[in-house]
Amino acid sequence: MAQSEGHQQHPLGIYFWIWGLLFILSGFSYAVDYFQLEGMLRWSLILLFMFLKAGFIVAVFMHMAWERLALIYAILVPPLCLTVFIALMAIEGDYTFLARLTAFGPAAEIIAPHQ
Amino acid sequence: MTQDAMAGAMSAIPAGNLGVVADLSGDKQVFQVPWGKAMMWIFLLSDTFIFSCFLISYMTVRISTTVPWPNPSEVFALSFGGDPIPLILIAIMTFVLITSSGTMALAVNFGYRKNKKVTVLLMLATALLGATFVGMQAFEWTKLIVDEGVRPWGNPMGAPQFGASFFMITGFHGMHVTAGVIYLSIIAYRVGSGFYDRNKGGNYETVEIAGLYWHFVDLVWVFIFAFFYLW
Repeated sequence: MAQSEGHQQHPLGIYFWIWGLLFILSGFSYAVDYFQLEGMLRWSLILLFMFLKAGFIVAVFMHMAWERLALIYAILVPPLCLTVFIALMAIEGDYTFLARLTAFGPAAEIIAPHQ
Repeated sequence: MTQDAMAGAMSAIPAGNLGVVADLSGDKQVFQVPWGKAMMWIFLLSDTFIFSCFLISYMTVRISTTVPWPNPSEVFALSFGGDPIPLILIAIMTFVLITSSGTMALAVNFGYRKNKKVTVLLMLATALLGATFVGMQAFEWTKLIVDEGVRPWGNPMGAPQFGASFFMITGFHGMHVTAGVIYLSIIAYRVGSGFYDRNKGGNYETVEIAGLYWHFVDLVWVFIFAFFYLW
């Protein structure tokens, strides 16, 4: 197809830039663990570097930035459903955790003493 | 419609959201890419859901367990004669996979430049780096199973769900890398032997499609690295 042949001819420079950026971001991710950052700082940095890396890979290496919007929507919108799934399972996981504490934890003997 | 007329009709299609409406309602092929590329994207979308299911179930068992989760930073530490360095093998594996993604991106670019020799060499380098990754993963599994006694149903360090999550997630990813190495080798062989010159009129879009798969494998590793090893 005429279009797909025309728009994939990028200068090599951008690939080397993104390549370098991915290395640096991976180094940062590793540093988060190496320096034993804890709590919210750790989690937000992990997510930040993760989304930046994922974005660069999809946009440049996978050429998504040069595709038509119809294809971009078709591929990137459906995974948004996963946020609902993640939220549901996080709530469910919390519930299971509390149920286990109540049924098997130290409080279980008080609430329902074994015969 | 001839190629020229088609190109002319395409340039008249608006960009942005109006373009989406035009593409979807135009009474013609919706995605203006080679069908193989569109299908690879759809396949990768379905694969996204599979890996998400693994990662979400990992999240669920990790939230719901009352036993402390083993610390990945210590479990995957490696000692080179001195003090153990936390997570070092996983960091090296990450860099190997990113390097292979870079060589693949260059291979696609040289494919579109019709530079057969460089394309083949870069694809083989990518496959070799992929094989290195799988080899290091085999080493990691061996260390965990033999030395640390991690099993899918339990381990000495903490929550028994750790092993099940680990083997399912990294095993499925490693399987994708292995399949990718085979896939890339076949496409590289075909580029080198002139298969696409004979049968596709010198069109190397297959290299880009294989590249999509390979970058996706790297993409999945980004998420596994963040959620399983760093969290």
